Amino acid sequence: MIRLFKVKEKQREQAENANGGAPIKKQTAGELRLHKDISELNLPKSCTITFPNGKDDLMNFEVSIRPDEGYYFGGTFLFSFQVSPIYPHEAPKVKCKTKVYHPNIDLEGNVCLNILREDWKPVLNINTIIYGLYHLFTEPNSEDPLNHDAAAVLRDNPKMFESNVRRAMSGGIDWIVCTGLECDIPPLPVSFR
Amino acid sequence: MADAASTASESRDLDKLLLRPGNLVDPDFEPGTELRDALQEQVRVLVVGAGGLGCELLKDLALSGFKNLEVIDMDRIEVTNLNRQFLFRLEDVGNPKAEVAAKRVMERVKGVNIVPHFCRIEEKDNEFYSDFHIIALGLDSIEARSYINAVACSFLEYDSDDNPREETSKIMVDGGTEGFKGHARVIKPGFTPCFECTIWLFPPQVKFPLCTLAETPRNAPHCIEYAHLIKWNEAHSGKAFDPDNSDHMKWVYDEAVKRAELFGIPGVTYSLTQGVVKNIIPAIASTNAIISAACALETLKIVSGCSKTLSNYLTYNGVEGLHTKVTEFARDKDCLVCGPGVLVELDTTVTLQKFIDMLEEHPKLLMSKASIRYQGKNLYMQAPPVLEEMTRSNLSLPLYDLMDKVPKDILHATGTINKDNKKSSGLRKLRVVFKGIDGVTDMDMAGGA
Repeated sequence: MIRLFKVKEKQREQAENANGGAPIKKQTAGELRLHKDISELNLPKSCTITFPNGKDDLMNFEVSIRPDEGYYFGGTFLFSFQVSPIYPHEAPKVKCKTKVYHPNIDLEGNVCLNILREDWKPVLNINTIIYGLYHLFTEPNSEDPLNHDAAAVLRDNPKMFESNVRRAMSGGIDWIVCTGLECDIPPLPVSFR
Repeated sequence: MADAASTASESRDLDKLLLRPGNLVDPDFEPGTELRDALQEQVRVLVVGAGGLGCELLKDLALSGFKNLEVIDMDRIEVTNLNRQFLFRLEDVGNPKAEVAAKRVMERVKGVNIVPHFCRIEEKDNEFYSDFHIIALGLDSIEARSYINAVACSFLEYDSDDNPREETSKIMVDGGTEGFKGHARVIKPGFTPCFECTIWLFPPQVKFPLCTLAETPRNAPHCIEYAHLIKWNEAHSGKAFDPDNSDHMKWVYDEAVKRAELFGIPGVTYSLTQGVVKNIIPAIASTNAIISAACALETLKIVSGCSKTLSNYLTYNGVEGLHTKVTEFARDKDCLVCGPGVLVELDTTVTLQKFIDMLEEHPKLLMSKASIRYQGKNLYMQAPPVLEEMTRSNLSLPLYDLMDKVPKDILHATGTINKDNKKSSGLRKLRVVFKGIDGVTDMDMAGGA
């Protein structure tokens, strides 16, 4: 019983000794784990990361992906990451900021990637998510799509899918969506890829 | 004469615990009226949350003889609270929970004093929390518990042999309930596991794949989440969905109904919509009562030493019959929040670069290529290149300056651990103490450092 009383006195002493009262510690365990993930990032050349809020805010950042092969070669796609204070218990919220014609990414920027939702485990990290996103561009898949039309074209007519992607990347995405996929423009010559 | 008699009968049960010796008491237990009076006059307990658990806790603690209580809650009373938060009535709807709860308990229990705080837990500084002997938690989220845990563990100090100093351990009693299940635990930082040590106990949240929501819904929650997560942004791009706004909720409900009709799925109701969107599990008064009782009893035992305390995690399951079990979980010695970390003593002239180099040789660390973080600021990041550039200039500055010239504090380092010829990545808590400045354990200040 007596020990409890001392606690109170001790805290007062320490609060006085420190510079004017203990500051509110806003750092969470989640931020520390994120700090570890970020300092261990091992990104391929095709992916770059930026911190729009400066070097101290690791919870909000952007990743830019430039696929170096596949249908989306030559395009640049921006993703925003929002990490919660209880990371890694909860997966980061990732949205695609670039409008893209893709079976697994819708026009609002929602990304259908299993490890971002139902398959997230705390043992995964930011590196695995970025690799997962990169994989979406090198291997888009037409099963369980977010963009139903794009998925159908990928499955039934890969050549048209390829030219639709090229068309969308050079600014024609609204056209693709509106006209519902009719496209008689030939694919780009091989040397350009 | 009448007063003495009524006082005697009020504390009749408490007297059985506090005025006589027993077989399960703490070694320091001293039965007597001084103990009972100290409980009433000197002990201060904070109840965090004035909802299902908080109301019960306030009642239990007040009737257990505690006279100095405070309660903090940022919410206002809603109609759906009334089935179990028994301190509230229909006419109280809209008023702050903390204030109404405090008022009602003070009306019913003679002599108790409860100070309500209608604000968020983050709005109080550490000094506020340090003023209580015990902090009893009646919270409803991981995030809130994590915050209070971090505050309580920040008071914990270790001696130079990495042993926790018991007098600095701020004890928390944490309760949680969900339907017919609940838990009550005692957290004594440095001795029992803290909240972060055992955060792996929480199962992952149920999240449906986005493509299922978009293409192949099979049940009512799928339809509701489609409306909530996908359709809302399509129709209201930019505007954030507010679960407490009934117009927003009605919109989601209407869209979910349309979706369900499209796919022939039954079962979408307004109350299911609220439940799925807000992640609500129906609350049961008896579960709350049981768990709060366990917590209040622990508080009494810890403060007075009148019986063996819970060690350290009680689970309760009332789904069929009644099952309870107490498990003694062990601390995580490497816990970033409550662990001792590694003691590093330095001169005030040591630069950040030199410090990072020292970590490689330190026998308890053996960490190379360390990135350093202090109080929410990145002092140096080894990667990615953009952050390395932004923090490079700190390397030549003294660590003492970068740490705002405090005599000692905690910082965190992450890097490659090279132990027994094996490399692994590690994140470590470091207790940095600067030599020659005031110390609680070191030399006097009077010498004029």
